[in-house]
Amino acid sequence: MTTKRPVNLDIGTIKLPITAIVSILHRVSGVVLFGVVAILLWMLDISLSGPEGFDSIRDCLTSPVAKVILWASLAALAYHLVAGIRHLIMDMGIGESLEGGRLGAKLALVGAVILIILAGVWVW
Amino acid sequence: MVTNVTSFGRSGLSDWLVQRVSAVVLAAYTIFIVVYLLCNSDLTHAQWLALNQHIAMKMFSLAAVLSVAAHAWIGLWSVLTDYVTVRLMGPKATPLRIVLQLGMITVTLAYVVWAIDILWGI
Ligand code: HEM
Repeated sequence: MTTKRPVNLDIGTIKLPITAIVSILHRVSGVVLFGVVAILLWMLDISLSGPEGFDSIRDCLTSPVAKVILWASLAALAYHLVAGIRHLIMDMGIGESLEGGRLGAKLALVGAVILIILAGVWVW
Repeated sequence: MVTNVTSFGRSGLSDWLVQRVSAVVLAAYTIFIVVYLLCNSDLTHAQWLALNQHIAMKMFSLAAVLSVAAHAWIGLWSVLTDYVTVRLMGPKATPLRIVLQLGMITVTLAYVVWAIDILWGI
């Protein structure tokens, strides 16, 4: 694109409604998950390498640092999953109106928060 | 129309569909693993190994890792082509984006090879 088109660059004038928040978090969680895949593959590799490896993952997961990393990973996955399902439902033409979009965004946010809390309960 | 050569399927419509199909596979896999681990909180190594040695499970895991590859390729392509652009960063954006895309593709392919190595090495 070589031609100069007018673009609004004044971030302060751009509102961030709930639908936009849900959308950007879906993007951020997707990028985070790309890194999480490495952690999951590493855990799969070690846990299948033998009984010692399996136990070493068990032991590792008792450390608070490992618990926080695991919980953050599960949180990204839970959020991306819920917001992704909302995406797929909207792609089927459900809830595409402005009000429907807002309601779906609220439901997705509430659903994700509940799953993230449950994931925390599971990890600790 | 998206005709960028670094997109996954060379077409926006194709990428859109592949991202949806891969999302469904990943959702199914995620839910399966979480439910399995919740139902087997006292999981042993033998049980975990037996599950992952089953050919159906290997196929499911392979489908999941191939889905991650396609899904992340398309997803990160969207992110990079939105932010690492000449409009936002000036002329250095294009070479920078190509480097980032090559890095992303390399990691993606490494994930696939690693997963196959794990699954068919047990
Ligand atoms: C576990 C590995 C996963 C990774 C690494 C991943 C990564 C990503 C990334 C980077 C994006 C691009 C975000 C954007 O353009 O704003 C994306 C989009 C998307 N993801 Fe995932 N994702 C994963 C799993 C899932 C799952 C389980 C679902 C389940 C429904 C899902 C549904 C979607 C959908 C529908 C989009 C398209 C969003 C759009 O078109 O704007 N993803 N994903």
